[in-house]
Amino acid sequence: MIDVSSPTFWPQLIAVLLEGTWETIYMTAIAMAITFVVGLPLGIILVGTEQGRFLEAPFGSRALGRVINALLGFIVNLGRSVPFIVLMIALIPLTRWLLGSFIGTGPAIVPLTLIAIPFFVRVVEIAVREVDPGLFEAAESLGASRWLLVRRVLLPQATPSILLGTATTITSIINFSAMVGVVGGGGLGNVALTYGMQRYSSIHIIGVVIILFALVQLIQWALTALARQLGAPSTRRGPKKDATADAQAHLDVDLTIPDPRRPTPPSSTS
Amino acid sequence: MISIEHVSRRFGDGPDAVVALDDVSIEVAKGQIFGVVGQSGAGKSTLLRTVNVLERPDTGRVTVDGVDVTALSGQALRNERHKIGMVFQHFNLVGNRTVAQNVEFALEATGAAKKDRRPKALDMLDLVGLAHRADDRPGQLSGGQRQRVGIARALASGPDVLLSDEATSALDPETTRSILELIRRLSRELGLTVLLITHEMEVVKRICDAAALMETGRVIEQGGLDELIRTPGSQVAAELFPVGEPHRIPGHRIVDVTYTGLSADRPVIAQLARDFGLDVSILGAALETINGHQAGRTRLAVPGDEHTARQVVDSLIAQGVTAWEVLA
Repeated sequence: MIDVSSPTFWPQLIAVLLEGTWETIYMTAIAMAITFVVGLPLGIILVGTEQGRFLEAPFGSRALGRVINALLGFIVNLGRSVPFIVLMIALIPLTRWLLGSFIGTGPAIVPLTLIAIPFFVRVVEIAVREVDPGLFEAAESLGASRWLLVRRVLLPQATPSILLGTATTITSIINFSAMVGVVGGGGLGNVALTYGMQRYSSIHIIGVVIILFALVQLIQWALTALARQLGAPSTRRGPKKDATADAQAHLDVDLTIPDPRRPTPPSSTS
Repeated sequence: MISIEHVSRRFGDGPDAVVALDDVSIEVAKGQIFGVVGQSGAGKSTLLRTVNVLERPDTGRVTVDGVDVTALSGQALRNERHKIGMVFQHFNLVGNRTVAQNVEFALEATGAAKKDRRPKALDMLDLVGLAHRADDRPGQLSGGQRQRVGIARALASGPDVLLSDEATSALDPETTRSILELIRRLSRELGLTVLLITHEMEVVKRICDAAALMETGRVIEQGGLDELIRTPGSQVAAELFPVGEPHRIPGHRIVDVTYTGLSADRPVIAQLARDFGLDVSILGAALETINGHQAGRTRLAVPGDEHTARQVVDSLIAQGVTAWEVLA
């Protein structure tokens, strides 16, 4: 049992929380970095290959555009419809093949990344869709190449929205990272699991909650400030929908962690 | 300079198909400012977009300075677009980049060297009187200023042709005038050929040398403005001179008199009364400055029959004005 009066309790608590925090940040940062690098182009391609958009005929082939669009849409929907806990277990063979092991903080990054990418692709998709079609037309009339269009028009206009969506994506990765304790991943979720749930330490739980809250708050604040700096989405056609809110609405995975002391009502009589 | 030949374009298939352009042919001479007027949905916008192939016609072809643009694609088309500038009703500036960066983008699209872009962009902004706002965001400018930036961007690559898609429709009358003056000045200074579409006759009146009227995807009439206002029954002229709908008056014939330039000074109607001893009444009149020249139209009620009316018309024509009987 936990003994709060023990002289080693507080230093140990701090050490445990610090380690958990570091592991959470580590997992989240790497997962987000990969998600960003993979998800950003995929999101742009997903919108771009729609009919009538700037990538509708990549390499001059309309059919290729349609195939890419349908395929991406399918993968994104598939990824978003699988609950994280199921995905995590389903990915064990892949993780083992990739990293040699599926237990631990490092391997936990694989399912975290794979759940975050479809979510982030939607974030990018919404942000790109918000860009005024007139800007694409203007760029086209100037004889700009697609690459220049993406770099000088699409990205500058979509970046604030994408940053806000990134904050939401990071928050969900942090949420999901709390579950990787199940496959032996570390992080604050694991601290809550091992100290709070298995050893009934409310202090650990409170510590975890405070740190998670502070982390999410900090990320949201920093990215919102950055987004504002880079220019809020244009409001020429009235207030635009908030990409973050939209992405949140698309988030259909249950994040609640069951409370062991107050179990959910049994579905069948035991 | 711009030659649109038998261009057709339809949207959709089967019974729901909308014919946006129905065998449209238009010829714009070099250095001319040509206005296409018509109500929304008439196909003006689609027509304009065929010139830089933002809209590809189903049939027919468009040549710009002898080049068949409808035959181009890929890099060749992009290169051709550098010679065809375009301005838009809603300006279409990138809000998160500065005014100068918006203009530099046009230069970057042509592959201009990085070090040359900014000075050239500032030159262009100077041309439209906005060099001092180079580092502001478009959102900090007024509508008229944003359209000036749009014009600077469209002209940065040194095009021979400027396409204007309702460039002044989102602006107030005074700003409209200053933008139109700018377009006219630049067209003269740079030798630009301008094809513009608008639903405002004011625009045609102020800057156009020639005009075409479109209705449900077809060109109803086209020609030089001087020529159109002398054409009996021209709808463009009727719009330019708001003398109202003609209606019959018992015992009278209705005659429209149109005069341009010098003939406006001559007392033609007084002359008429003297020559024929007729009590001519004036039903309506409009005096307009059309492309810098005074022009007017007066609607007369002439007592008498068809024969008198013909004599009156002949006499007016002999005096150097244009006249015809309406509702004959």
